Amino acid sequence: MSFLDYAPAPESTAILDLKPEYGLFIGGEFVAAGGESFTTISPATEKPIARIAHADSSDVDRAVAAARKAYEKTWSKLSGRDRGKYLFRIARLVQERARELAVAESLDNGKPIKESRDVDVPLVAAWFFYYAGWADKLDYAGLGANPRSLGVAAQVIPWNFPLLMLAWKIAPALAAGNTVVLKPAETTPLTALLFAEILQQADLPAGVVNIITGAGETGRALVNHPDVNKVAFTGSTAVGREIARSTAGTGKKLTLELGGKAANIVFDDAPIDQAIEGIVNGIFFNQGHVCCAGSRLLVQESIHDDVVERLKSRLSTLRVGDPLDKNTDVGAINSAEQLARIRELSDIGEAEGAERWSPECSLPADGFWFAPTIFTNVSTSHRIAREEIFGPVLSVLTFRTPAEAIAKANNTPYGLSAGIWSDKGSRILAVADKLRAGVIWANTFNRFDPTSPFGGYKESGYGREGGRHGLAAYLKGGDL
Amino acid sequence: MTIDRAVSPAQRALELLGDDLTESTLKRYLDGIPGVDAVGLEQRAAALGTRSIKTSSKVWALDRIIELIDLTTLEGADTPGKVRSLVAKALTPDPADLTTPRVAAVCVYGDMVPYAVEALGSAHAAGTDEGINVAAVATAFPSGRASLDVKLADTADAVAAGADEIDMVIDRGAFLSGRYGLVFDQIVAVKEACRRADGSYAHLKVILETGELNTYDNVRRASWLSILAGGDFIKTSTGKVAPAATLPVTLLMLEVVRDWHRLTGEKIGVKPAGGIRSSKDAIKYLVTVAETVGEEWLQPHLFRFGASSLLNDVLLQRQKLSTGQYSGADYVTID
Repeated sequence: MSFLDYAPAPESTAILDLKPEYGLFIGGEFVAAGGESFTTISPATEKPIARIAHADSSDVDRAVAAARKAYEKTWSKLSGRDRGKYLFRIARLVQERARELAVAESLDNGKPIKESRDVDVPLVAAWFFYYAGWADKLDYAGLGANPRSLGVAAQVIPWNFPLLMLAWKIAPALAAGNTVVLKPAETTPLTALLFAEILQQADLPAGVVNIITGAGETGRALVNHPDVNKVAFTGSTAVGREIARSTAGTGKKLTLELGGKAANIVFDDAPIDQAIEGIVNGIFFNQGHVCCAGSRLLVQESIHDDVVERLKSRLSTLRVGDPLDKNTDVGAINSAEQLARIRELSDIGEAEGAERWSPECSLPADGFWFAPTIFTNVSTSHRIAREEIFGPVLSVLTFRTPAEAIAKANNTPYGLSAGIWSDKGSRILAVADKLRAGVIWANTFNRFDPTSPFGGYKESGYGREGGRHGLAAYLKGGDL
Repeated sequence: MTIDRAVSPAQRALELLGDDLTESTLKRYLDGIPGVDAVGLEQRAAALGTRSIKTSSKVWALDRIIELIDLTTLEGADTPGKVRSLVAKALTPDPADLTTPRVAAVCVYGDMVPYAVEALGSAHAAGTDEGINVAAVATAFPSGRASLDVKLADTADAVAAGADEIDMVIDRGAFLSGRYGLVFDQIVAVKEACRRADGSYAHLKVILETGELNTYDNVRRASWLSILAGGDFIKTSTGKVAPAATLPVTLLMLEVVRDWHRLTGEKIGVKPAGGIRSSKDAIKYLVTVAETVGEEWLQPHLFRFGASSLLNDVLLQRQKLSTGQYSGADYVTID
C-alpha cells in the first residue's frame, strides 16, 4: 500500500442520537403530520437514516397559524436586545453541537466531512452571531428610525447546503423581528430537525420558528399561503419563476436566489498554482452542488495548455469516496435524480464534440457517484457551457483579450457569481466593474462571510442575503 | 542600474536560457515567473495540514520521517564529544527498540566533520545508499557574510575532511538588492568547490533563508535561481533566523521542484529546516510532499528534514504505537 492511499480515517457516527422518525416542528413541539411519511437516505450508501413526516396543506395552515400567533403575541413585542439574546444562544449551541451537526450533514447530504466540519457548520454559527449583533441595532440599518418587521416569513431551502441555507434564512428573519415557517429540501431534512432540537434547548418561544418537511407541493402550499408576508426561496430557476408568478400582486415581499453558470476568468499573469486551487475549489467544492460554482473556466488562450495540464494533474490527487472519511475531498452526489441529470448533460457535452476527461478513480458500488470531470474544446454554444449542471463538471473555454473575457462571462442568462485571477490589481478592478454578477471573487473562489451580501442578476434571482442588505430583505422600508 | 556582466556558464541555465547567459537574461527570466498569491498559498498549505493520517499510514510515516532526518547540531559550543554523541544517536535512535531506522545524515559545522566521519566509521555512507551521510554547513554559515574566497575555502575544507553534503547559504543581501548574477555565480563557484579529487561532487544544498527573503515571490525566484545555478537540494533556512521552515514556504519550493521536473525531467531535493519539532507537524510535510510532487520524493535523496528535537518526538510516538501508552521524555535519550 502506498502512503498516498491514506488508511481510513472515518469520523464516528456514534455522536449522533437520531430518532427513528421525526414529526413536524410546529409551535415548539414535534407533532404528527397529515401526509404519508417518507424515508431520508444517505446518498453515499443508499441506506435509510430516518422516517420523515410529510406536511400536507392542513399542516401548512397549522404552521403558519403558529408563526402568526408567535409573531402577534411574543416575538414582535420583544426588544431587539432580547431577540439578540436568543440568537446568540442559538449560535453558541450550534458551536457546542458542531461535530454532531457536521456528521449529520455529511450523512444526509453526501458532502465530505471536512467541508461540513470546516465550512458549513462554522458559517452557520457565524451567521447567527452576525445577525444576533444586528437585532438591537436595526435603527442603524439605513432604513430610517425603528424599521418594522414584516410578519411571517415562508422560507424554502435547497439540498446543497441544508443547514447553512437554513441559517442564511432564519438568522436575519429573527433578528429583524419576523417569525418563520421553513421547509428544508426533501432529500436533506435531517439537520433542520436537529436544529429544531437546538431551538428547544435554546428555549426559543414556541412558534417563532416552525420547520415543516415534505416535497414540492408542501413548499408550494407554504409560499402560496395567504397569511405569509415574506417569501424567501433558494433553488432552481424554474421553481423560482413559478413562485414569482404566484406571489405577484399578493403584497408578499420576495427574495429569490436561483441558479448560476459562473465564469472563472484566468488571465495569463495569474498566480498559477493558486489559480489551479481556485478552479478546483470553484467547481469541485461540494461536488459542484453550488449555485455560485465556477462551472465555466475562461482561460486566456496563451496559457490554456499549461492550465489544463496542471489541472489534470491536480485532479488526479482528489480523493473521491466515503463522505465521513476525514481525507475525502469529493463526496457523493445528493440523489439519483441529480446524478441522472449530471450524466445526461455530460453525455450531451460529449455528443456535441467537447473533449471529456476524468482522473482514474474507483467509485463505490452503492450510492450516487460521479467522478470529477473536465470538458475541453467547449464552445459558447454548447449546452454544457449554457446550462447549470450542478455537479462536478467543468467546461473549459478560452479567450484572447480582456474584452472578450468580459463578453463571454456575461453571455449567460444567469448572473450570480464570477471569479478573476490576475496579479494585476488594476485589471481585476476594471474587469470586475464590467461583469454582471452579484458576487465577484478576485484571486479566490467560493468564500462566504455573513457580512457580505450575496445574490444574483438576471435569472439568478433578486434580493440579497447576508450583510446589512440581507437584513433589509426582512424589514419594511424597501431594499438597500 | 546593474551592468550586464557574464554569468558563470552553469549547464542547467545554459540549456534553459540559451548561450547568451547574462545577468539581464537571468533577471528577465526570474521576473517573468508567475507570482504567488499569499492568501491562496497559505490556504492550500492549511488544507494539506488537515489530512488525517492514522494507523498503518502513521506507522509508515513515523519510520520514514526518521529516515529523512538530517540530525543537526550547529552550536558555537559544539565539541568533538557532542558530535560523537550525536552520531551515536543517529546510529541508534532508540536503544530500547533496535528496529528503529537510522537517520539520513548528521549535519555539523565544517570543523566538526572529521569527528563525525571518525565516529561513524564503517556506518559512514559516503554517498552510497547504505549508512549515514555527513553534511556540513559552509560558506560562512549562517550569515554568508564573507568574501567568495573564504566561502570557497570553507567549502573545500569540509569536502576534503569527508563531508558528503554541503549546506551553503546564498547571499541574501545580494539577492534582495537585485544582484541575481552575483548570487548565481557564487552558487556555481561553491558547486565547483564541492568537487572531490576523484572528480565526483559532494551534494549541494542551497539554503535560501526564507525568513530573510520575506515574500513568497522572492522565495520562488530564489528557488529557481538556486536550481538553475546547479543546486541538488533547495533548503529553507539556517535555523538561526525566525521564521524558519513553514509549511507554505515548503509547499512553494516543492511546486518549483515539481515544475522543474515537468520542464526537464530532473529531480531536485527539498529540505525544510528549523522549527519542525513534532511528529504531527512532520507528517503534514510528508502529506504536502506526496500530494505536490509525488510520493517518489519521500526518499532521503529527494527530501530531508533539518531538525534536532523532532527525532525524539517521533520516537515517543513510535513507542506509543507499539505499546499503546505514552511514555515520557526520560524514555528517549537526549542526544
